[in-house]
Amino acid sequence: MSLAIKSRRVGMRLLQAIPTIFGILVVCFLLTRALPGDPAAYFAGQMADAESIEAVRKNLGLDKPMPIQFVAYVGDLAQGELGTAISTGQSVTSELATRLPASLELTLGALLLAFVIAVPLGVMAATRPNSWIDHLCRFLVTAGVSLPIFFTGLALMYVFYYLLGWAPAPMGRLDLLYLPPDPVTGFYTIDALIAGDWEVFRAALAQLALPLITLTLFVLAPIARMTRAAMLQTLGSEFVRTARAAGLSGHRVLITYAFRNALLPVVTTLGMVFSFLLGANVLVEKVFAWPGIGSFAVEALVVSDYAAVQGFVLCMALLFVGLNLLIDVIYTLIDPRVGEES
Amino acid sequence: MKRRDFLGGALKGATALSLGASVLPLLKSMPAQAATSDTAVVVFGGTVNSLDIHRSGTNRDSYQVAINCYDRLVTFGTKTLDDGSLSYDYDNVEPELAESWEISEDGTVMTFTLREGATFWDGKPVTAHDVKWSFDRAVSLGGFPTVQMKAGRFTSPEQFEAVDDRTFRITLPFPSKLSLPDLATPIPIVINATVAKEEATDDDPWATDYLHRNPAGSGAFKVNRWDPGQQLVYERNEDWASGPKPGFQRVIVREIPAQSTRRALIERGNVGISQNIPNKDAKELAEKSGVKVVSTPIENCIYSLCTNLNFEPFQDKRVRQAVAWAIPYQAIFEQAAYSQGVPMWGGIAGVDSIAWPQPSPYDYNLEKAKELLSQTDYKDGFDVPLSFSLSHADWAEPAALLIQQGLGKIGIRTTIEKIPGANWRTIALVEKKLPLHMENFGGWLNTPDYYFFWAYIKGNLFNSYNYGDPEMAKLVDETLDMPMDDPRYAPNVTRMIEMAFEDIPRIPLWQPTLNVAMSPDIQGYEYWFHRQMDVRPLKPA
Repeated sequence: MSLAIKSRRVGMRLLQAIPTIFGILVVCFLLTRALPGDPAAYFAGQMADAESIEAVRKNLGLDKPMPIQFVAYVGDLAQGELGTAISTGQSVTSELATRLPASLELTLGALLLAFVIAVPLGVMAATRPNSWIDHLCRFLVTAGVSLPIFFTGLALMYVFYYLLGWAPAPMGRLDLLYLPPDPVTGFYTIDALIAGDWEVFRAALAQLALPLITLTLFVLAPIARMTRAAMLQTLGSEFVRTARAAGLSGHRVLITYAFRNALLPVVTTLGMVFSFLLGANVLVEKVFAWPGIGSFAVEALVVSDYAAVQGFVLCMALLFVGLNLLIDVIYTLIDPRVGEES
Repeated sequence: MKRRDFLGGALKGATALSLGASVLPLLKSMPAQAATSDTAVVVFGGTVNSLDIHRSGTNRDSYQVAINCYDRLVTFGTKTLDDGSLSYDYDNVEPELAESWEISEDGTVMTFTLREGATFWDGKPVTAHDVKWSFDRAVSLGGFPTVQMKAGRFTSPEQFEAVDDRTFRITLPFPSKLSLPDLATPIPIVINATVAKEEATDDDPWATDYLHRNPAGSGAFKVNRWDPGQQLVYERNEDWASGPKPGFQRVIVREIPAQSTRRALIERGNVGISQNIPNKDAKELAEKSGVKVVSTPIENCIYSLCTNLNFEPFQDKRVRQAVAWAIPYQAIFEQAAYSQGVPMWGGIAGVDSIAWPQPSPYDYNLEKAKELLSQTDYKDGFDVPLSFSLSHADWAEPAALLIQQGLGKIGIRTTIEKIPGANWRTIALVEKKLPLHMENFGGWLNTPDYYFFWAYIKGNLFNSYNYGDPEMAKLVDETLDMPMDDPRYAPNVTRMIEMAFEDIPRIPLWQPTLNVAMSPDIQGYEYWFHRQMDVRPLKPA
């Protein structure tokens, strides 16, 4: 496949995403308006009377008819303006810019860690059925699925912070003693490395450890399970048997033939797991006082903070469209047949 | 070693600790004279969403900035409660920015003399013109500040006058006992008008955008750092003129959403104070060593069950009374409040004091309840939803379940409805359409008539049950501005309380407490009616 064809395909996929995103905008706009509760009444504050509620409503532009509100919203959006989150008093753009990296650092970290542990585990479990490693795999999968995420988080915190005192105080991304590194990626660990500041790196990593392990346990299960199943399937398939019969070495059969084919469903699972993770994040963020996007969105939803909810949904939509695109590209790299027939 | 000790050590310049190059730049930026002071860490479950209390949308958790960073003309004194803890003293208004004041004989002109030497953080002297601008702002912006100013009878800029740089005059339409105390609430703060005016625009004449992020005050603390959603760092104003020097050089207020995490932090000694902890934790932590717990009954706040008079069965007074007799109060108090607070049931018949709140004459008595209900059209009972706000779930949920059981025994069948935050305000308080619901309200100004004004006058916000009685309205109207030593005051209030118990639209359950856990090496904590952390009196033990 030439580079030109590939990039045209990527371009087409990007174009296809536009109607999706617009649809999400409309649906989300309507849904937030359909939420019960009057944000004007809420934000007018403690003692507000009818008059001041009306003033706030006017201030927020909520007194105008819905189509006009929508046009204003899209107009602002076109200028990169997401509005002001009244619940936090900040512009939604800046909220997302500071909070998204915090959530992504957790999510991507957990995904990476889970991938690094679960894939070899699944492969080994599949190649040695009923061995101790297969049992270990089964145990981890069962534990990961059956332990609710906030429970794991609290239990880890109880043992490693409260009882043993090994983990630092669960007070967010960085201990009180340190200031965050200069933002480059927004990931404290990476930014600290870029700045060459080992102490902040170590502190950020220490804060990250417990929430990361909590989330990793949660996503380990589906990945390990899927790897094991896919490997078992490909190992039992005809082309592997043929390769073995042709006298290829066990190692080569395993990696080049079996694993490469088993990787496709695993990548699909990764994409799905990523979305679970962003949802599960909310609980972990609450337990560890992590200033991420999940707790922000939940809070905004509770108080009918329209701009914040819309900004969050838009951001997530873009993230998922990007992720799906990425997975499609990875597919074509792993399996050249994908997309050829189209 | 505890982190606080570590911070303290670091601040004292201990060189035994090898502090890396990355150690908190906050420490590096400290002025030299602060080298003997210390840092306190406060954790709480809310979030500070603005540094300007006058802005619309500013939440309750943010009011602390007004208290700690701005001066008011006057403040309340401090009193020691029976258990040895400290509380603000409503009956004792003391000077803050105003060193003295005079009230004219007819009670309508208040003249304040500002403290000499009081300066804003930027060094500019605080003048009566700043006070005038700030008060004009509070009555003009609308929303909460304007409503709270109105409580003290401050409604328009014409009432405020800067006579000279140090003399500020307020003219009232009529004398009111609420005017002076209202000046000590967190709303009438004094803002640096010069700074604010420079930042004001045609669209935003009161500089709400600027003051939202940049406080400009003369108060005891400055804001060193605000990371929205994470923390607020207060830095002591060494030049504060309006009160005793605060005990801590720096106070870090951290937002920790999960209650269990806050509890672990205070138990491990990593933080100095955990603000507003649940009753269960207050009870358990009080029994442990290493943590001090202070529980203060929240003034004139009552957790209640309210019966909406727009809902047909509750229009009959006997049905409301039957409900009040069918509530298992003691069980609720034990299971929902963990016995923290003051019981508000089982009082004497008749009213012999004007103390508010005081226990209602009702108790758990199914016979009386059945008897009363059998006299009405609803002797076989009826169906009604019982609602509470999700944000009150910690106490309202167990209470609602027990109320459901109690009412079930006299044939009133309830379905429990939990309503989320924004929606609650709308349908419970603004539209007032919940037939049976759990509510709480505590007024900032601590007089019974002020409470009755908000909760028993038709149309007012906290009268979520549509109670309207001409006699009550007349009594409140007569009494609201009347001095408490007026001979008509006590009889009027007594009559209001009698009517509240007789008509019983709001059934009192208990008076809640504000619980604060702190490490033994912090002292000076004071309870305030606004329920926010005043970090000024805190000091190392």
